[in-house]
Amino acid sequence: MDDAEVKKISDLARLAVSENDLPLYRTQLSNIVHFVEKIASAETGGISPMAHPVSSALRMREDCITEGDERERFQSIAPSVEAGFYLVPQVIP
Amino acid sequence: MNKWEPVIGLEVHVQLLTRSKLFSGASTQYGAAPNTQACAVDLGFPGVLPVLNQAAVRMAVKLGVAIGAEINKRSIFARKNYFYPDLPKGYQISQYEHPIVKGGFLEIMFEGESKRIGITRAHLEEDAGKSVHEDFHGSSGIDLNRAGTPLLEIVSEPDLRSAKEAVAYLKALHTLVRYLAICDGNMQEGSFRCDANVSIRREGDKKLGTRTEIKNVNSFRFVEKAIDYEIKRQSEVLESGGVVVQETRLYDSDQNETRPMRGKEEAHDYRYFPDPDLLPLELDEVFIQSVKTSLPELPGDRRKRFMSDYQLKFYDAEFLTESRELADFYEKAVLTAKGEAKLTANWIMGDLSAALNKSNVDITKSLVSPEALGDLVARIVDGTISGKIAKTVFEALWSGEGSVDEIIQKRNLKQVTEPSAIEAILDKVIQDNPKLWQSLKGGEEKLFGFFVGQVMKASRGRADPEQVNKLLKKRL
Repeated sequence: MDDAEVKKISDLARLAVSENDLPLYRTQLSNIVHFVEKIASAETGGISPMAHPVSSALRMREDCITEGDERERFQSIAPSVEAGFYLVPQVIP
Repeated sequence: MNKWEPVIGLEVHVQLLTRSKLFSGASTQYGAAPNTQACAVDLGFPGVLPVLNQAAVRMAVKLGVAIGAEINKRSIFARKNYFYPDLPKGYQISQYEHPIVKGGFLEIMFEGESKRIGITRAHLEEDAGKSVHEDFHGSSGIDLNRAGTPLLEIVSEPDLRSAKEAVAYLKALHTLVRYLAICDGNMQEGSFRCDANVSIRREGDKKLGTRTEIKNVNSFRFVEKAIDYEIKRQSEVLESGGVVVQETRLYDSDQNETRPMRGKEEAHDYRYFPDPDLLPLELDEVFIQSVKTSLPELPGDRRKRFMSDYQLKFYDAEFLTESRELADFYEKAVLTAKGEAKLTANWIMGDLSAALNKSNVDITKSLVSPEALGDLVARIVDGTISGKIAKTVFEALWSGEGSVDEIIQKRNLKQVTEPSAIEAILDKVIQDNPKLWQSLKGGEEKLFGFFVGQVMKASRGRADPEQVNKLLKKRL
């Protein structure tokens, strides 16, 4: 993995990685990719893909309203609120 | 050089009519105060777990069955990762490789011909919240009431060849989801939203051109205008030797143009992966069959039946089957109107529609019941009242003055057909206009209409015009 790929991944994850740290992440991420490659090389012909380690199916719930208004509680720990809205730095519409 | 051929595919987001959200028990009711319907799951608090709403699954299957699609017995929820403040978890739970509905088609009528539009897939996903960019002095306000609301994204094949055809498809889909009662179809409130993928190629070419995606166009009219604009823009780019850039564009209805969208997700790298919080969704044949048997008569079938059972023309049948409620209204009215199908259709499409429009309500809020409208038609047909007087009766019905017969009785509107009564009025009119009567007798034929008019006026519109004509002719 090269520096450009590390930067792309950090951008997508919204993580700031300094130039100094690039070699470290390059090595660590490369190791992960190698590990995945190793797993990918296993013979899997005839095995159906597994979406989840637990081999059962999803349970569903009835369509009922069980949650009420708890805005005050949730907003008491928010950095900035106004008129019931959470405030965030301006985003481009 | 051949002409340009537009190639259009639509992605429609249908908000499902569930009471609670896709993965939480918070209410989906529209219009509540900001953030009063956003629970810990919707806010993406640590430690919470999503639990799937069965009603949303049932609705998705309903759509799938109605379009003749394959229902995947095993589908998988995936995380679509991106950062935006109205998406608190940093990912949207959606379906990627294994959607719940695969394939199928929608039959549309376009320019008098029926055409099948292929549907690639339909998958379940959760909606994001809403950002408000004004009024917060340099900040954006976030309302997460909509976060987690169930959506069914219905993706068409690129089978559409003009903006008008795209609108025909969109309208057919809009009618279908309301028939199925899986969506209220309210476009202003965003319950039915459309993205359009548009490209052009030379007629006869097999290869598709580079497409652009127009986001969130929220009325039928704007969908047509936005696509037409985009077709024109792309042909101008290509004709001047340029290349179309694959990008997402926003439609600006004020300027009637599309513009490249900035900011949101430059890199389309959503890094989908199966959501580890959710096991695969498995559906059995019993469930699918139970949905199948719950399907109502579908709009296309009903339109065809109206044309054969009631001998209606395509346009009338299409109008009357536009919603389930309107079609039900019509059938009830025809029943009381003793099978007068065409006249009943005319009354619904004419006076009743006008009254509904004027009061800005839909058929479910009609102040005239289907039975009353049927009675009215029956009274026209049996000669009790004329078509003209019926308009007065209709207005009285609308203002709640009683039943059709009560109104006719109370207001003395019964048609006068007995010759003796009409003769009496005629005598009076001749007496009042002796000179004109002489002129008419002397051969001034254009006065005939005047005398008919005077008799009608004197009878307050109640005289049977046919009788008046007949009796007047006899005297000349």
